[in-house]
Amino acid sequence: MRNLRFLLQKEFRQIFRDKIILAMMLGVPIIQLIIIPWAMNLNIKNINLSVVDNDHSTYSQQLITEIGSSGYFRIISADQSYRQALEHIENGSSDLIMELPDGFERNLIKEGRQTIGISVDAINGSRASIGRAYLGSVINDFNANLKINQVNLADTLTKTQGFIEITYSNWFNPHAEYKYFFVPGVLVLLLTMIGGFMTALNIVREKEVGTIEQINVTPIKKWEFILGKLIPFWIIGMILFSIGLCVIWGVYGITSTGSLPLLYVVAGIYMIALLGFGLLISTYCDNQIQAMFVAFFFILIFILMSGLFTSVQSMPPWAQYISEFTPVEHFIKIVRMIVLKGSGFYDVLTELGYISIFAIVLNGWAIWNYKKTS
Amino acid sequence: MAMEEKVIVCKELTKRFGDFYAVDKISFDVSKGEIFGFLGANGAGKTTAMRILCGLSYPSSGDALVAGFSVRNQQESIKKNIGYMSQRFSLYENLSILENIEFFGGVYGVSRKEIKDRSYKLVGELGLQKEAKKMVGSLPLGWKQKLAFSVSIFHHPKIVFLDEPTGGVDPVTRRQFWDMIYDASASGITIFVTTHYMDEAEYCNRISVMVDGKMEALDTPGNLKTKYGSDSMEDVFYKLARAAKRTGD
Amino acid sequence: MKQLLVFVKKEFKQVFRDPRTLLIMFGLPIAQIVLFGFALTSEVKNIDILISDHSKDVVTTEIVSKIKATNYFIVHEKTMGDQEIEKTFKGGKIQCILIFPDGFNNELIHQGKSEVQIIADGTDPNTAKTMINYLTTILNEYQLQKFPSSALRYQIRTEPRMLFNEEDNGSMNYIPGVMALILMLVCTALTSVSIVKEKELGTMEILLVSPFRPVMVLVAKAVPYFILSLVNFTIILLLSVFLLHIDVRGSLLLLYAESALFILTCLSLGLLISNSTNAQQTALLISMMGMMLPTIIFTGFIFPLENMPWILRTVSNIVPSKWYFIIVKAVMLKGLGFRFVWKETLILIFMTVVLLSVALKKFKIRLQ
Repeated sequence: MRNLRFLLQKEFRQIFRDKIILAMMLGVPIIQLIIIPWAMNLNIKNINLSVVDNDHSTYSQQLITEIGSSGYFRIISADQSYRQALEHIENGSSDLIMELPDGFERNLIKEGRQTIGISVDAINGSRASIGRAYLGSVINDFNANLKINQVNLADTLTKTQGFIEITYSNWFNPHAEYKYFFVPGVLVLLLTMIGGFMTALNIVREKEVGTIEQINVTPIKKWEFILGKLIPFWIIGMILFSIGLCVIWGVYGITSTGSLPLLYVVAGIYMIALLGFGLLISTYCDNQIQAMFVAFFFILIFILMSGLFTSVQSMPPWAQYISEFTPVEHFIKIVRMIVLKGSGFYDVLTELGYISIFAIVLNGWAIWNYKKTS
Repeated sequence: MAMEEKVIVCKELTKRFGDFYAVDKISFDVSKGEIFGFLGANGAGKTTAMRILCGLSYPSSGDALVAGFSVRNQQESIKKNIGYMSQRFSLYENLSILENIEFFGGVYGVSRKEIKDRSYKLVGELGLQKEAKKMVGSLPLGWKQKLAFSVSIFHHPKIVFLDEPTGGVDPVTRRQFWDMIYDASASGITIFVTTHYMDEAEYCNRISVMVDGKMEALDTPGNLKTKYGSDSMEDVFYKLARAAKRTGD
Repeated sequence: MKQLLVFVKKEFKQVFRDPRTLLIMFGLPIAQIVLFGFALTSEVKNIDILISDHSKDVVTTEIVSKIKATNYFIVHEKTMGDQEIEKTFKGGKIQCILIFPDGFNNELIHQGKSEVQIIADGTDPNTAKTMINYLTTILNEYQLQKFPSSALRYQIRTEPRMLFNEEDNGSMNYIPGVMALILMLVCTALTSVSIVKEKELGTMEILLVSPFRPVMVLVAKAVPYFILSLVNFTIILLLSVFLLHIDVRGSLLLLYAESALFILTCLSLGLLISNSTNAQQTALLISMMGMMLPTIIFTGFIFPLENMPWILRTVSNIVPSKWYFIIVKAVMLKGLGFRFVWKETLILIFMTVVLLSVALKKFKIRLQ
């Protein structure tokens, strides 16, 4: 116990003396938290469309006008041929090509069927496929509103046919603000980077410089040394979390719907798991470069596979399985549930259980692995 | 030496890595208050042996008793009774002199009050009063080493292990350093020191020379010089190390 | 020149001395590419939907079966009241609730229409939108199928074509971005940290005392990492082609040239960072923690750059990986030639020159 007090005294002195590192540990994440979420917007608008009108009829022009005024699209070119339009896709100025066939209006009336070609820049990912969906729906509306179709509609309504009316509502996020979804995730990520990896780097640095040997030769017990490292970083992590919450409230206006104390308890346990993880890494790495690469490996996996930006459920089952093994995934889920939906203790119990298991296993493994005598 | 109490007893101590015997069945003992010089070329195995004696490494076979405790399974008890100073590192560069003393004194069990009283005294003895609150990293090497030594014996351990303590230090400071060692020895602390400087070998009560993991010589400097027909320890060392097959740690 | 070669050889030996670091340096990016190639998708699938069917008639049962038949949804059935909705969502296991009112089919037949309610958990707006779209499509299709006369007399259909990605290979959307990201982060961090480590150890002084021009010292340090990064790139490329079935449609030579240029840019950035600090920890903090999230965001492979506020779009212009990402997409995936990427290439060259000059200037100042 006594040794622990001396260790903590030393750690805190060292940490607060290095003002640059401290500023970076707290400053860099906060700055990123303030700036980055503004960039995270999946609302697709201003989709660039190239139109190839081979018909030049009333219908084709009407359709093009409707598309232009729909608000989704920016018609950036009216090309004479598909070939020409393709160049726009190639040089990136266009996301979609819509090609109306020759005799569009004439043949629609005569045969009752016409097909419009939509070519999508499939490299552009979601932007193009959503563009296609929007275009499809504008065309459908145009189709339904055609006078020639209106006449028939009146007929069919007189018969007893069924129309399924769909009403839908969006709970917890009526304005479909992407920020509510992403901002808590960004905070979690930043916390993870600082909490998990600063600890690992700190201990590995001691190994590299040699000060760890000086510790190993004293009567300081293993658990005293480990706690002496964990406690200061836990405190810094919780401070970062608190500052982060204030920033989220101040900059984005997001307050927690659910219980704040519950959020803190979960964050506290998560930090312990995280620090255990950092500790574990440090027992396997001899120098900072190694630790950096291992950290990089895991952080990237956390970022891309933990549901931060992409949906975990859409992944193949084996990938979901891997995702389950990241504590980050569980913590993000809990934070979103509490902050956005006001979920309570029993709702998050399972996820909290997972995090607790991580905390115990990671720390236990790290402590077992750390040897004062080799 | 007035007392014959043995503070280090080493019996066929061995450390091997696969087929490589870093330390090959060394046996020796050290009496209380002795200044014991542990010599050897790079790669001879002295650092490895020292680490075992300090409880930092497990022996592959054989045993040693340090301050009465076994290096096989009583490392933590050993650590309570020893001090350690390595050339690579001894003090925290980003803590002040007083803070370093406070930390190391504290973890070795010295009471806070005693730490306070004695640290000021120590700083005074070293002539570092003006630098007491300065970072150790800003001290010149010689003062750092002297300070490090003082810290390593601050808790009056039975034995203090010194690993190349005067490396890179000017001759005047080295002389002062050895004065400090003599004082410590006189107060009953056993000194176990490794060094490259052959003139320092002469300051020791007894010396051992390790070659290729084995202990090839163990005696007083005088006896060794007679035995090998040399008039300097340097020559003795040269004759012994010449046959060595290993180089480089 | 011969002396430079000697120097470079020494650097190589140092790098290869540590097998564990090498393993991590190559093994990890490889593992990541494979992982992300197979795991990441922008599709939305496996949505947990709760169907609360108060009617349980022929029509509703048919609709439920139809929903089950798609692989978009995982269907849970439970009839419950409105007051339980909030609790269900809070539990976090259900993302969408579909409610059929009592007497659904009856209403449909006698009144001509009936209402179905979709309640989506809007926490994730993207998933919510997509879920509603899917359900709407399914319901519309059902309606058309069951009541064919409700179909329009004159129908306009659309025939979509996926350009450059006919097989609908999901990884194409992410892999170029991941490539750019990994190359940039690994190359920059590795260069900066390695150089700073030498500074920390003090061996840098030794090099500077040698009869080399100081500039040559930096060049010699950078060369091994340049080559290693190219090797890394090759491995990543091979994996993408043979494991993930992403073909290189354009000129391989051009792709390599552009990648070499990009690696050079990252090396320059690494050099600049290494000249700004003396501690490995700081270099790591800057090149890893500091750069990771901004690089991911501003490369633009997860969040469209077009959606960002103009300030941030401007910021993205100084991120080298953004330009490289465009080049990779154009050359590798679209098979385009140099005339389509000359602008981006020029920008990368410009960045490299600027970064190198600043780095060298700082280095020389230090020596004074």
